[in-house]
Amino acid sequence: MTALSTYLSRDWLLSETPSSRTHAAWVRRYRGWLQFRGNGLAMVGLITVIVMIVASLAAPLLAFQDPSAQDLAGRLAPPSAAHWFGTDELGRDIYARILYGGRVTLGMVVAVVLLVAPIGLAVGCIAGYFGGIVDRALMRLTDVFLAFPRLVLALAFVAALKPGITSAVIAIALTAWPPYARLARAETLTVRNTDYIAAVRMTGARSGRIILRHIVPLCVSSVIVRVTLDMSGIILTAAALGFLGMGAQPPLPEWGTMIASSRAYILEQWWVPTIPGIAIFIASLAFNLLGDGMRDVLDPRQR
Amino acid sequence: MLVEIRNLRVQFPTATGLSDAVRDVSLTLGQEKLGIVGESGSGKSLTARSIMRLLPGNARISADRLAFDGIDLLRADEATLRKIRGGRAGLIMQDPKYSLNPVMTAGAQIAEAWRVHRGGSRKAAGQAALDLLTQVQIRDPERVARAYPHELSGGMGQRVMIAMMLAPDPELLIADEPTSALDATVQAEILRLIEDLVSRRGMGLILISHDLPLVSHFCDRVAVMYAGRIVEELAANELTRAKHPYTRGLLDCLPSLTHPQARLKVMQRDPSWLT
Amino acid sequence: MTASRVRQTLASVASVPLTLFGLILVTFLIGRAMPIDPVIAIAGDHAPPDVIARVRTELGLDKPLPVQFAIYMGQLLHGNLGNSVMTSHPVTEDIARFFPATLELATVAIIIAILIGVPLGVVAAWRQGSRFDHVVRVVSLAGQSVPVFVLGLVCLLVFYAKLGIAPGTGQIDVAYEGMVPPITGMLVLDAALEGDWDSFWNAGSHLVLPSLVLAYFSMAYITRMTRAFMIESLAGEYIVTARAKGLSATRILWRHAFGNIAVRLVTVLALAYAGLLEGAVITETVFSWPGIGLYLTGSLLNADMNAVLGATLVIGLVYLVLNLLADLAYRLLDPRVR
Ligand SMILES: Nc1ncnc2c1ncn2[C@@H]1O[C@H](COP(=O)(O)OP(=O)(O)O)[C@@H](O)[C@H]1O
Ligand SMILES: [Mg+2]
Repeated sequence: MTALSTYLSRDWLLSETPSSRTHAAWVRRYRGWLQFRGNGLAMVGLITVIVMIVASLAAPLLAFQDPSAQDLAGRLAPPSAAHWFGTDELGRDIYARILYGGRVTLGMVVAVVLLVAPIGLAVGCIAGYFGGIVDRALMRLTDVFLAFPRLVLALAFVAALKPGITSAVIAIALTAWPPYARLARAETLTVRNTDYIAAVRMTGARSGRIILRHIVPLCVSSVIVRVTLDMSGIILTAAALGFLGMGAQPPLPEWGTMIASSRAYILEQWWVPTIPGIAIFIASLAFNLLGDGMRDVLDPRQR
Repeated sequence: MLVEIRNLRVQFPTATGLSDAVRDVSLTLGQEKLGIVGESGSGKSLTARSIMRLLPGNARISADRLAFDGIDLLRADEATLRKIRGGRAGLIMQDPKYSLNPVMTAGAQIAEAWRVHRGGSRKAAGQAALDLLTQVQIRDPERVARAYPHELSGGMGQRVMIAMMLAPDPELLIADEPTSALDATVQAEILRLIEDLVSRRGMGLILISHDLPLVSHFCDRVAVMYAGRIVEELAANELTRAKHPYTRGLLDCLPSLTHPQARLKVMQRDPSWLT
Repeated sequence: MTASRVRQTLASVASVPLTLFGLILVTFLIGRAMPIDPVIAIAGDHAPPDVIARVRTELGLDKPLPVQFAIYMGQLLHGNLGNSVMTSHPVTEDIARFFPATLELATVAIIIAILIGVPLGVVAAWRQGSRFDHVVRVVSLAGQSVPVFVLGLVCLLVFYAKLGIAPGTGQIDVAYEGMVPPITGMLVLDAALEGDWDSFWNAGSHLVLPSLVLAYFSMAYITRMTRAFMIESLAGEYIVTARAKGLSATRILWRHAFGNIAVRLVTVLALAYAGLLEGAVITETVFSWPGIGLYLTGSLLNADMNAVLGATLVIGLVYLVLNLLADLAYRLLDPRVR
């Protein structure tokens, strides 16, 4: 009991003379957290992101209504006690659709990140570690993918695959990995020739093992920062694909798609397309604020 | 008196409150050569830069008196300070690789210093720059004037820096470890150049270094700093009579040809020096 | 210019054809993977089997993939991107017709973005941590977070529908349409060249909203980068030297601190200009702006394969050239890279 309270004390966490490596790591983390907490905007971002995740997970509990239940008699209704955000062109409750739309959006973001981060890390670390012709070939490949504006390439991919949420995820992933590869390569280059990698190599470890166990872990912190900052880009691209009719297809309540299908009502029933727009903006801004604050703490060099 | 400092204190905010980087420092300087020695981090640079009010943005400065030629530096407005900076007091920093602007030619940087304080046409300033480069014993002033800092060697860069600070003909020169980044052979040349210019123009000099014998060789007086304070101040030719154990320690750590020792001594620090 | 600098510059130019080749290969593969059958698109849904077979042979679709790619490359070299099903014109002609409008929109937008973004970034860095800095930070983060199509729609709602101070969608009012003969294809410029000032003012007023929306999008990026570069530059030792020389704050800020980032900033601006192509695709859709973005999305909805691939390829090419210019600017202008 006494032991635990020592460990949780502010003094222990702010110690100038850490007693062990674990202690030093905790001091560093706590200082980072203090710095992050001192950044009001970043805290707003963090809280919004948490609220968003919870709200989408608990959508069935919070929505009160079926997001796809149509009510043509009560279509395009303004916000009221029954429909907090009003109803859309088919009389569906916009509040419920926004909540369920959060699931779609966050799901797409998670899927893209799960696809992109490993590919980028693998390509970058391999290129950086082996150097020479491997490096040149892989970097030329990333250059090709960087040579298209992201949305345009994603549009072309989706057109080739057939519009839909899976295609959208694959297309965004295909366009999003090159920056990760570049980042991982740069980090790998800085450690490739260090003594401790040479020492590991002398123990006879194979390249695959060195990369996985010793190089990839070093790239992770900058990749995390990059991922957080990228989230808003992914959200915007997914929404833009939906808006252009190339992403999630109706009646799925994806925010961009919702705007596309109610766009015609912008002048008369302005809230119908505007509310999903605000949802996209808030989601994307929250991730930007969070990523911005994390970058200040984890990686002040990267801007 | 050119410079008067009484009880100077410089502080920085940290996670656990304000911490003193310089405290209770008092100095006066006339038309003479003062050396400040002390180990890295002892507050030499902050003390010297206080005289030009060139501290980092987060520094808090206070003093009973901080004056340049009778002007109260703590109350002076920005315009007054700008006339002193460069115009009446020059600052030479450690490494010309970083202290010169990398995207301006050497000539342009010198001419800029000239024009700010003396006015005149662009052409006159350019001519003055060439003239100043000759004064710092550069043989090929036209070429050097056209060169960017990264095209110059360390010694050349430091000569450019000196020329720039001499342009408005100041009364005080502060040289903050002017030779620490240079090769040993060039160090002596640069120091001799500074000494020569200072005595020829009758300027005051503050020479900062961590090299006690070198400083005592070039200066009239030496102040020894330790942990933000001046622990001892003496005439350069009375070094052997130093009383403070830190100064004695510094002297004992030096190898000597006349009194060879099997092992050099290592300084033993005493916590009581901090109070 | 030293030999090594020439070599590096040549190397960066020489890598362009390789990247371009990759770009063409990617578009080609996307085209072959498309679910739309180009034969049916040309011959029609109910064509008899022998017609379909003939068209297939004519298009070279019976040959192995590498041969098809060679044929595709050969056509590209002759500037042939195939015909658009939607407009029934050659795609190259279509693009030549649509591209100037995008160029007009993007150029006006980048000028606005630079004129506002760079000074904001510089001052924010100079007053780092101040209230002004915080406001700039929020404004630019918001700019990076707002979906361009939402911003466009809301602007139309507010300034056109509610306040009535901005014209509606399109490049010019219907009444003026077709009055100005195309010279450069950029309507405002053409109207000025013709001396048709009514058309000039009308087209100009149509340009305001879309270019502001697009400008906000890249202004956010420009401001952020300028601020980050300036903070780094202001921490340099040469800034202490500049202060020690007794220079004025303005001169230290612009001549010394900004002078050191100008070249890197040119690189950022070129990339921002390239990034506008992306924003233009959406902005044009919202504002019915007859540029390459509208052409691309229109072709997508009509499953017009040649047009989609052609537009994608051209946008990729422009992007590539702007990236190259950014790289060259850095190598040729910065004295430190010599
Ligand atoms: N910008 C700063 N922020 C915080 N502390 C600083 C800063 N600059 C200097 N210090 C502190 O002041 C002390 C003295 O610095 P300085 O005068 O540069 O030492 P010296 O020139 O003797 O090596 C340093 O040990 C450092 O802890
Ligand atoms: Mg120092």
